[in-house]
Amino acid sequence: MATRQTQGLARLMRAPAIILLFIWMIVPLCMTLYYSFLNYNLLNPGMTSWAGWFNYQYFYTDPAFLESIKNTLILVLGVLFITVVGGIGIAILIDKPIWGQGIVRILVISPFFVMPPVAALIWKNMIMHPSYGVLADVAQFFGAQPVDWFAQYPLTSIILIVAWQWLPFATLILLTALQSLDTEQMEAAEMDGAPAHSRFLYLVLPHMARAITVVILIQTIFLLGIYAEILVTTNGGPGFASTNLTFLIYRAARLNFDIGGAAAGGIIAVILANVIAVFLMRAVGKNLD
Amino acid sequence: MARATSRNAKIGWTAAAWFVALLIFFPILYTIITSLKTEQEAIAGFDLIPSLTLESYQTVQSQNNYWRPFTNSVILAVGSTILALIVAIPAAWAMAFSPTRRTKDILMWMLSTKMMPAVAVLVPIYLIFLRTGLMDTRIGLTVLLMLINLPIVVWMLYTYFREIPGEILEAARMDGATLRDEILYVLTPMAIPGIASTLLLNIILAWNEAFWTIQLTTTNAAPLSAFIASFSSPQGLFWAKLSAASTMAIAPILILGWFSQKQLVRGLTFGAVK
Repeated sequence: MATRQTQGLARLMRAPAIILLFIWMIVPLCMTLYYSFLNYNLLNPGMTSWAGWFNYQYFYTDPAFLESIKNTLILVLGVLFITVVGGIGIAILIDKPIWGQGIVRILVISPFFVMPPVAALIWKNMIMHPSYGVLADVAQFFGAQPVDWFAQYPLTSIILIVAWQWLPFATLILLTALQSLDTEQMEAAEMDGAPAHSRFLYLVLPHMARAITVVILIQTIFLLGIYAEILVTTNGGPGFASTNLTFLIYRAARLNFDIGGAAAGGIIAVILANVIAVFLMRAVGKNLD
Repeated sequence: MARATSRNAKIGWTAAAWFVALLIFFPILYTIITSLKTEQEAIAGFDLIPSLTLESYQTVQSQNNYWRPFTNSVILAVGSTILALIVAIPAAWAMAFSPTRRTKDILMWMLSTKMMPAVAVLVPIYLIFLRTGLMDTRIGLTVLLMLINLPIVVWMLYTYFREIPGEILEAARMDGATLRDEILYVLTPMAIPGIASTLLLNIILAWNEAFWTIQLTTTNAAPLSAFIASFSSPQGLFWAKLSAASTMAIAPILILGWFSQKQLVRGLTFGAVK
C-alpha cells in the first residue's frame, strides 16, 4: 500500500519536468515542420500559401547551402582536432609534478567562462586585428606582413577562436580522467623499462578513451550550433566563406524574413544533427558503458 | 644524483606548464590590461603596462547604460536557474529514490532533447514571441533559458541524489521518522551540496547563453551577451571601452567558474566523467 502511494507520489513529482520538456521538444518542432511547407514571408504575410517541397528544393539547390554544410563540418572537425589533441597534451603537462598546479589549472580553464560574443570580440580586435592586434605587432616585430585574418582566412580564424573557448573543457575532462589513472600500474610499467611513448600508447590513451569519447560527443552538440562567434566577427562572409548551417538559417529567418525557407533549413539541421549523433554514437558507442 | 635530475625535471615541466597556461590565459589578461588604458594607449602598439585609468569603465557605464544589461543578466541567469530547480528537484528526487523500469529511458530521452539544434526551432519560437508580446521581455527569455537547461539540471541533480545512500532512509524510518521528517532532516542536508553545485553551473551556462538572448531581445531585456554583441559594429576606435565592458561582463562568471571547476566536469558530461 505504502509503495503504491510512493509510486503515485513519484509519478506526480516526475510529471512537470517530463511534460514541460515534452512540450518544449514536440510543439516547436511540429510548427517548424508545418512552416517548412509554406510560402511565408514576414514582409508579405498576406501572400501565405502552400508550397509543398519548394522550400526544400530551394534550400538544397542554393549554392550557399552546400557551402554552409561544408563549413559546418570543417568547423566541427577542426575544433575537435585541436581541442582533443591539445587537451591531451595540456592535461598530461598539468598532471606532472609541477609548482603552482592549482593556478595553472585555473588559468587554463578560464577561457571556458568567457561568453561567446566577448571571446570573439577580444580575438577580433585585440589579437587578430590587422593593424592594432597583438599578432600584427608580433608580425611587425619579425619584419613580416601582418595577416588580415578575417578577410584572408575567415573560417580558420573562427576555428581558432572556438578552439580557444573549448580547449579548457577538453583539458579539464581529460585531466580528470588522467588523475584517476592507477599510479602503481604506471610505476610498474616504468620499472619494467617501458619507454614513455609506449606507456602513453598502451596505458594512458586506453584509460582516457571514455573521456575522449565524451569530449567529442558533447563538443559536437555545441559546435554544430556555433553562432555568436560568426555574427560578431565575419558575419558569415566574405560571401558565404564562414557561414555555417546555423548562420545560414538565421540569415533566412531574420534578414530575409523567409519563414518557410528558414523552417526547411531548420528541419535539415535536425536531420544533420541526428545523422551525426547516430553516426557518432555507433562509432564511439562501445566506449560508453 | 637521482634527486637532482627529478628536481631539474620538475623545473622544466613547471616552466612548460606555466608557459602554456599563460599563453591560453593571455587574451583575457590582455583585455583586462587594455581596459585600464586610455584609448590612445590601447591602439599605440603592444604594451603590458597600462596607465591604470578607470576612464573606460566610467564611459561604458555612463554612455551605454551598462547596469541595465548587467541587471538583466543577473535576473535571467538566476531566475531561469531557480525555475529549473523548482521543476527538476522533485523529478530528479523521484527518479533517484523510487526508480522504475523506465527511469533510464526517460533520462536518455531528456539528454536527447539537448541534441536538437536551437536553430531548428528559431522560426516558431521567434513567431510565438512576436505574437504573444514576449519579445524583448525578461519573463519570456527566463522561461526559455529554463527549458534549455532543464535536461542538464535534472541529470546533474539525479547523479548527486543517487549517491545519497538509501539505507539512511530506512534507518530513519525504523526510528519512526515520518515522510516529512525524512525529507526535512535526513535528505535535505545531504542533498544541499549537490543542489548548490547544480545552481552554480547552471547560472554560468545561462549567463553565457548567446543565441537566444541575441535573437529575442533588443534593448529592454538584453543581457550582457546581447549587449556586448552589439559592440561588433565598428564606431571608431573603442579598444579600451570594449575591454572594460568585456571585463565587467566576464569577471563575475570567471570567479564563480573558478569555484565550480570540479562540478563543471560532472555537470557538462551528464555524470559520465567524475
